[in-house]
Amino acid sequence: MLQYIIKRLLLLPLLLFIFTIIAFILIQAPPGDFLTSYIAELAASGSSMDRAQIDALRTLYGLDQPMVIQYFKWLGRLLTGDLGVSLDWQRPISELIGDRLTLTLLLGGGTFIFTWLIAIPIGILSATRKYSFFDYFFTVFNYIGVATPTFMTALVLMWISFKYYGINISGLFSAEYVDAPWSLARTLDLLKHLWLPIVILGMDGTARLARVMRANLLDELNKPYMEMARAKGMSEWRLVMKYPVRLALNPLVSTIGWYLPLIFSGSVIVATVMNLPTIGPMLLRALISQDMYLAGTIILIYMVLAVIGTLISDILLVWLDPRIRMEKTG
Amino acid sequence: MTRPTDEPLLSVRNLKTEFVLDEGTVKAVDDVSFDVHPGEVVGIVGESGCGKSATIKSVLRIIEKPGRISSGSIIFQKPGEQPVDLVTLDQRGKHMRAIRGGDIALIPQEPMAAFSPVHTIGNQLIEAIRLHQKVSKQQARDIAIERLKDVSMPNPEQSLKNYSWELSGGLRQRAMIGMALSCRPSLLIADEPTTAIDVTTQAQVLDLLRKLRQQHNSAIIFITHDLGVIAQLADHVVVMYLGRVMESAPIDDIFHRPQHPYTQALLQSIPTLKTVNRSVLPTIDGSIPHPFTRPAGCPFFNRCKDAMPGTCDRHAPEAVNVSATQLVSCFKFQSDGSMERHK
Ligand SMILES: Nc1ncnc2c1ncn2[C@@H]1O[C@H](COP(=O)(O)OP(=O)(O)OP(=O)(O)O)[C@@H](O)[C@H]1O
Ligand SMILES: [Mg+2]
Repeated sequence: MLQYIIKRLLLLPLLLFIFTIIAFILIQAPPGDFLTSYIAELAASGSSMDRAQIDALRTLYGLDQPMVIQYFKWLGRLLTGDLGVSLDWQRPISELIGDRLTLTLLLGGGTFIFTWLIAIPIGILSATRKYSFFDYFFTVFNYIGVATPTFMTALVLMWISFKYYGINISGLFSAEYVDAPWSLARTLDLLKHLWLPIVILGMDGTARLARVMRANLLDELNKPYMEMARAKGMSEWRLVMKYPVRLALNPLVSTIGWYLPLIFSGSVIVATVMNLPTIGPMLLRALISQDMYLAGTIILIYMVLAVIGTLISDILLVWLDPRIRMEKTG
Repeated sequence: MTRPTDEPLLSVRNLKTEFVLDEGTVKAVDDVSFDVHPGEVVGIVGESGCGKSATIKSVLRIIEKPGRISSGSIIFQKPGEQPVDLVTLDQRGKHMRAIRGGDIALIPQEPMAAFSPVHTIGNQLIEAIRLHQKVSKQQARDIAIERLKDVSMPNPEQSLKNYSWELSGGLRQRAMIGMALSCRPSLLIADEPTTAIDVTTQAQVLDLLRKLRQQHNSAIIFITHDLGVIAQLADHVVVMYLGRVMESAPIDDIFHRPQHPYTQALLQSIPTLKTVNRSVLPTIDGSIPHPFTRPAGCPFFNRCKDAMPGTCDRHAPEAVNVSATQLVSCFKFQSDGSMERHK
């Protein structure tokens, strides 16, 4: 088991190196660079720069050098832990994304916990009471949950709360705390705002997960081991939780890791609509303005999370299922 | 062997179990009666789908929806205790659960599928023990090792740590039997325990059951479609066809004096020393009617060589005692005098 994990970990540096290349190529893929889009933006707002100014800036940012050199300079700085400066915001990237990273993780983690806490019990109850009112109710509910785009739910809820209650539910902080330093009051204010985006973001996932859990569990419920457990004299509830639920959860738990990068990328639209200070909208803006170092950093974080997520998934799978454990480590 | 005359341990009377499906109702068990005495081995034989498993699942009260016991009684009486009608108990209630696995234990058909693949044998054995006995985990583990020794499991300590799929078919079935025995049940129900394993291992498992029965004097209901296996083990045989008991008699009578045309046909279709030089074994003509389209009257009517049109296809025969211990369900033996024709 330990050997297996170590083997997987040793692969990490190589993967990360490949990722930096991919990230860099991705960022450079659109024609032009930060300055071209900057100039376009200036032009759109009526002002302009002359040739000399542009060239000076180009030299300043290193944009005049060949791509390969730019890449290695970036990589070199990354290795020393320096993420660079955002061209667009003119601030160090680490400073820029620190807060947003925390909030994104908080929101993603919260959504994840919410999803599992709600979906798994619904899945279990639907499967064990198949074709009951409860089951039908949640079947319909789940279809609606899956079919409604989350941003739509967000818009509708925002509209309702504004129209009927006069409350503006966008953002994660009340106005007075938006730029305030962290404090107990600010944290409490955050929690007050956090639950709604969590519910909105979690709806879709909850519906999906509940359906998968129900289907998985139904597959398990008429396996012979169920009959055997009954014949042993186990109480129905205990045996359902111990055997079929465990077996139905196995494939689900092993996907937990994949969720990690999704925490980031899944919520861009909702975050934009609801004006949430998370990573998603920032990446969007960085890509549009071709703010290469910022976009590169965020994409790199995505990829690292994806690798870590897959690793967690694999470890969970091996840990949970002795059959796979034997195969992979035996 | 004559039948013990003491009180039966289990007495099934007029049991009816049905599955209510969209397509119709399957009468899986239709008016079945039989007794099991302490220490006795009762074999239930019959072709696939005749309701053998449904019968014993009814006894264990593990018939799940859409199935249900529609009538009849299942009286279980441990020696020296009050009899209980299992049909009246709450299927999932405490009392029934205490009996299930404690007093009446099951050895399933497919030990591979009956163990959970992600829990060790030890985990499942210890659980079975602790469900019925107030012992610590460590004590339960010792009992588990004891039981695995009883079933001649090589290296019991190690097998507790194994998963079912790590063991061979024979060892897996041994572990299952060990688990069934864990609480020293007075009645052991084996549902085709040897179908999933090869012939040699099959012989070993049968030996084991015979030995256990002598040691602990537990009664066994042994289900099979193999009359050869029945001959080796059973004291009393119940022959089933399409949910009904055709004939019920001590082993000697079944093999030497079969009365029901179905039993006779069944016996002719197994190879014996006498038939060994014949190249083709007789088979029973026709096939089992589909459960939804079962004929009125005797279910065996359409395949029976002695069928009497006008009687057998109209009415269901009652079970008749042709001797003190032999019951036959056939119009040839009804008291209307038609029995002469047979003699
Ligand atoms: N869960 C169920 N749902 C619907 N019908 C069932 C169910 N279980 C059994 N039956 C029906 O009841 C009848 C008897 O089945 P049963 O399993 O008792 O047969 P069996 O004698 O044990 O056969 P086998 O030798 O193949 O195990 C069959 O017609 C079967 O289709
Ligand atoms: Mg069966």
